[in-house]
Amino acid sequence: MKWKMLAAAAAAFMTFGVGEALAGRDLDQIRQRGTLRCGVQGPSNPGFGVPDSQGRWGGFNVEICRAIAITIFGDPNRVEFVPVTTQSRFPALSAGEVDVLSNNTTWTLTRDTNVNRFNQPAITFYDGQALMVPRRLNVTSARQLNGATVCVQPGTTTELNIADFFRANNLRFTPVVIADLDEIRRAYDSGRCDVFTNDFAALAAQRTLLTRPADHVILPERLSKEPLAVTLRQGDEELTNIVAWTTFALIDAEELGITQANVEQIATTSTNPVIRRLLGVEGNMGESLGAARPDYVRQIIRTFGNYGEIFERHLGVNTPLGLERGMNNIWTRGGLLYAPPAR
Amino acid sequence: MSATTLPAAPPRGPSFAERATGFLRACFAGPVNSAITLACLGVLWLAVPPFWTWAVTNATLYGTAQDCRAAGGACWAFVREKFWFSIFGLYPFEERWRPATMIVILVAMVVLSTIRRFWGRWLLLGWAVAAPTMWILMQGGVFGLSFVQTRQWGGLTITGIIAVYGLALGYPLAILLALGRRSELTLVRWFCTAIIECVRGVPLISLLFMAAIMLPLFMPQGVTIDRLARVLVAYTLFTAAYMAEVVRGGLQAMPRGQYEAADAIGLSYWKKMRLVILPQALTITIPAQVNTFIGLFKDTTLVVVIGVFDFFTTLRAALGDPNWLGFPTEAYLFAAGVYFLLCFAMSRYSMSLERSLKPGGR
Repeated sequence: MKWKMLAAAAAAFMTFGVGEALAGRDLDQIRQRGTLRCGVQGPSNPGFGVPDSQGRWGGFNVEICRAIAITIFGDPNRVEFVPVTTQSRFPALSAGEVDVLSNNTTWTLTRDTNVNRFNQPAITFYDGQALMVPRRLNVTSARQLNGATVCVQPGTTTELNIADFFRANNLRFTPVVIADLDEIRRAYDSGRCDVFTNDFAALAAQRTLLTRPADHVILPERLSKEPLAVTLRQGDEELTNIVAWTTFALIDAEELGITQANVEQIATTSTNPVIRRLLGVEGNMGESLGAARPDYVRQIIRTFGNYGEIFERHLGVNTPLGLERGMNNIWTRGGLLYAPPAR
Repeated sequence: MSATTLPAAPPRGPSFAERATGFLRACFAGPVNSAITLACLGVLWLAVPPFWTWAVTNATLYGTAQDCRAAGGACWAFVREKFWFSIFGLYPFEERWRPATMIVILVAMVVLSTIRRFWGRWLLLGWAVAAPTMWILMQGGVFGLSFVQTRQWGGLTITGIIAVYGLALGYPLAILLALGRRSELTLVRWFCTAIIECVRGVPLISLLFMAAIMLPLFMPQGVTIDRLARVLVAYTLFTAAYMAEVVRGGLQAMPRGQYEAADAIGLSYWKKMRLVILPQALTITIPAQVNTFIGLFKDTTLVVVIGVFDFFTTLRAALGDPNWLGFPTEAYLFAAGVYFLLCFAMSRYSMSLERSLKPGGR
């Protein structure tokens, strides 16, 4: 009995060891299971990942995951959305509860190295700490804020960043420390502080909740860099490639002017070799990536549109969040979105 | 209000007018009482009219978020819009009839179980049939029902499942632990004491975290236990450890004579406990038990840390809907109302149970 158990343990260990050595272990598991497990921010993250009244997930991060599912399976519905919190996201990813995190996780060095060993192959959204002030103050730059009172959450990097910024610019400020974000908003709305600071996207969401959103401006300065990227475990190069090149395809499509409306027409009529390769009309990019079908990009664009269309649908100026493209624009239009060549 | 329902009520109590006059006289008896009464009335005068304006006069019951913002009052339309979502959570929309049926069965079973006349073998049998039926109904995968992962269960449904299953499984376990802790067998006593102290010594939130996040890290690759099952085990253990101490209090409150009398008529240990000690010990601890029950019921909201969308979390998720941003007060009031109703029902039931179980009170 003892020997049998030992042998079983050894066998289990060996299969585990072999699995470790092969690339594509996670991808194999995803294919075998038939669904991609995608961690999204719970309970909800306005514009990025929110369940609607019928319990269906929608939002920017959600559609990124669905696009990845199209690349893997050719089917946007083969995703299980797993809500994670900021505390549980990394253990959930490490333990294999989720395959990828699409929940506004910032790409940092220690998340790439250290004990975590995550990959964050492509940036999906450039965020950064921003400052909001009432329009009546006539302030156009954060450097004019000497002596301002600032509402911040205690114990956050937000609090440290703002202290650094004011010190570096030889400015004084009075912090008003409030733990709860809703309370901070009320305090700012009632004029207890001149400045409301948070990450840009979150700040824009908070602005919609003010009594008169149009009376407040978000200043152009960014006090921190928060490049948000889909996060996955290291050790599966194939899955990493799929995540990266699915994101790049969305960006490329926008740069090339391919939209949900014209993708079919472009695919059949375009003579541009770059477009023909991207949409799988010629070449074998889909095959070398390990996509379910050669025209996976065409299917993604047909289903969700390009990066810009997804952005405008969930975060853009015509949504309650009302975000300008800013840094999240194509590089040819002054933004930072720049995809490596797909060839 | 309960004076008329008391079985031992006097044949003719004071009339309503007499009681009202008595109450008013007490309110203004002496300068201190009068001052307190006036201060209270002042606070009510300041608080109630604005609340009424917000919650009723300017409220919006039908319409969109824009209508709500235009009206300026409470947005009950938001609660109406998200009501069914708060009941069923992330459960697939087309399959919502399944959790709906499950809730009906669950409520029916709980109501039946509260009626003393039905206590007995048949009720246990009913639970033995209902519990797996409800689980199969929810999870599917057989009888042509599509498979729905437990991670998609949510809303008030999951709050009900965790509370009822956790309390129902934890209660017998608690009695065993309490008996074990007072056992004369050293090993049993040590074992039960260790479980109680270890589980009680950590917060529920870390126990849930261990069950949901840490446990899979120690499991061999590919072996997974369902997350909800792990949560239920953690919650059941927690319930058992807390209840065990309440039950132990009851056991210790029993006079020695009861134990000795039961021994004297030659009852075995289990018969002594089942027929003599436990019925009395459990009855005298009902207030403490219900207190613990209510606390544990509200603790179910902590499952949010491991990504389970219970009733409260579902409402918080609804707050993030871009089309309905900015109505947290309405959502929290609704949640408070639901929790209050459920806890109040538990408390009233326990009081009626206490009365009917009192010696000579039948």
